[in-house]
Amino acid sequence: MNGGDILSLITVFVLSAFVGFEVIAKVPSTLHTPLMSGTNAIHGVVVVGAMLVLGTANGAMQMTLGFVAVVLATLNVVGGFVVTDRMLEMFKVRKPAPKVAAAPSAAASASTEAGQK
Amino acid sequence: MSLGTGIRLADLIAAICFILALRGLTGPKTARNGNLLGAGGMLLAIGITFATHDLTHFLLIAGAMVIGVVVAVPAARLVKMTAMPQMVAAFNGVGGGAAALIALATFLRAPAGSLAVYQVVEVILGVAIGCISFAGSCIAFAKLQELMTGRAITYPGQQVWNGIVGAGILGLAIAVCVNQVHWIVAVILVLALAFGVAFVLPVGGADVPVLISLLNSFTGLAVAASGFVLHSVVLVVAGTLVGASGTLLTQMMSRAMGRSLPNILFSAFGSVITATGGAEGDTTRSVRSASAEDVAILLSYANKVIVVPGYGLAVAQAQHTIRELADLLEARGIEVIYAIHPVAGRMPGHMNVLLAEANVPYEQLKEMDEANPEFQSADVALVIGANDVVNPAAKNNPASPIYGMPILAVDEARNIVFMKRSMRPGFAGIDNELLFDPKTTLLFGDAKDSLTKVVAAVKAM
Repeated sequence: MNGGDILSLITVFVLSAFVGFEVIAKVPSTLHTPLMSGTNAIHGVVVVGAMLVLGTANGAMQMTLGFVAVVLATLNVVGGFVVTDRMLEMFKVRKPAPKVAAAPSAAASASTEAGQK
Repeated sequence: MSLGTGIRLADLIAAICFILALRGLTGPKTARNGNLLGAGGMLLAIGITFATHDLTHFLLIAGAMVIGVVVAVPAARLVKMTAMPQMVAAFNGVGGGAAALIALATFLRAPAGSLAVYQVVEVILGVAIGCISFAGSCIAFAKLQELMTGRAITYPGQQVWNGIVGAGILGLAIAVCVNQVHWIVAVILVLALAFGVAFVLPVGGADVPVLISLLNSFTGLAVAASGFVLHSVVLVVAGTLVGASGTLLTQMMSRAMGRSLPNILFSAFGSVITATGGAEGDTTRSVRSASAEDVAILLSYANKVIVVPGYGLAVAQAQHTIRELADLLEARGIEVIYAIHPVAGRMPGHMNVLLAEANVPYEQLKEMDEANPEFQSADVALVIGANDVVNPAAKNNPASPIYGMPILAVDEARNIVFMKRSMRPGFAGIDNELLFDPKTTLLFGDAKDSLTKVVAAVKAM
């Protein structure tokens, strides 16, 4: 790797840092935890690095390190996305249109009232 | 198109996916798709690595990934919603561990003395930050999972010890740059693990989630460092994005708790004893204030909202605005009722008259006895300018002047939103414990202004 390559990586690093700051400028606090979990999943991209290490490993030591790294990184990326998706289930778009929705909710409240009587 | 160009193009597309995923995750409507887009970018990055790199040990890689999936999916699917933060901590920790291992393996592979100084620096950063994040996340997980005490753990000379360990890591890092000896890196690894543990021990209780967010951004940086080690653009981009946005998010989270980040990380050194000992001291307790957008999200994704109007609603003449908000919520299929305390406002029936003026349907107004059983099933209790009529001190604190007064059971709702002008106590001049409850969100300001903002935010949803 020559000096030009490391400079272009540093360029990528600096620009990514600015993008990272700008892109989440305003977040409602309800979304703080899902966003944390989502970024957690994104750094799971480390699995790519782990694959490269294991895929070019020589000898038992390197293969062990690489293997463990791939397992850990896969846990990170898969677990990260699944957990985030579960957190976001509360934001599922409500299916019923206003008119349709009014009827069941009215029926539901009627039945609870009936239950209380 | 050459193979190299193909990889770079795929890296670029994956990077764009990650950026758009982050942006999607900042809004309630776009969050789910954002997460899916991130997963899509990830699949692309993994697929292109399989396809274009000349990887050996293909079966081992696939086997390791299968193990990861088989463990992660059930763990993430079955965990209770309340246990989510420690799950994030666990998945974050293993990511940091992977980044450290990558840097370590690359260092061990190079013949001693063959690396340029900047390459050694990349390795040390990857190993050290990755290990701090791994060890810290393990402790955070143990605290939240109650495998150990969740409280802040302090001991004499804590800061001094941390300083010594930190200085030791720095000194050894310089040594390894001069003389690339393997065992020094092993010592750095052990010291970094110790530092990660020591860093998290003095943080306790409700502050742990903020700490996890900080460790999350650490892992991002460790991943970026391992990206430098491997010359992988997509690792550098994704790791740095998470490092930067995670730092900002950590600040936002601590601000939302009414604390500063240094306060959360270091407050245990000394001051915490007074805070836990004298729990009644109001100055040490934090309330959670939020924006109108937060309240709008809470309301829009609820199934049942109970409005508790009080004198503040009357003063601000906000009865028409609350009616407008209720109409909007009902249009989204949300059940809205009003819980009227007999002495809400300044005279009996004050609220009924006021809401009738705004044409609130009579069936939606519930008297206290009728309303109280409803709170258990309510997602949000929206308390507008009322205080004493919802103060649990009337139930729990015999010393309180309002002890024995029947109150509305808003404390049974899943979330409580208070719209208040300030932290001043209500008419009776008594502090309200409920304001400090973790499920309470405060929106400060004139009731009508606040409601108008919430209405606008719900419309934009």
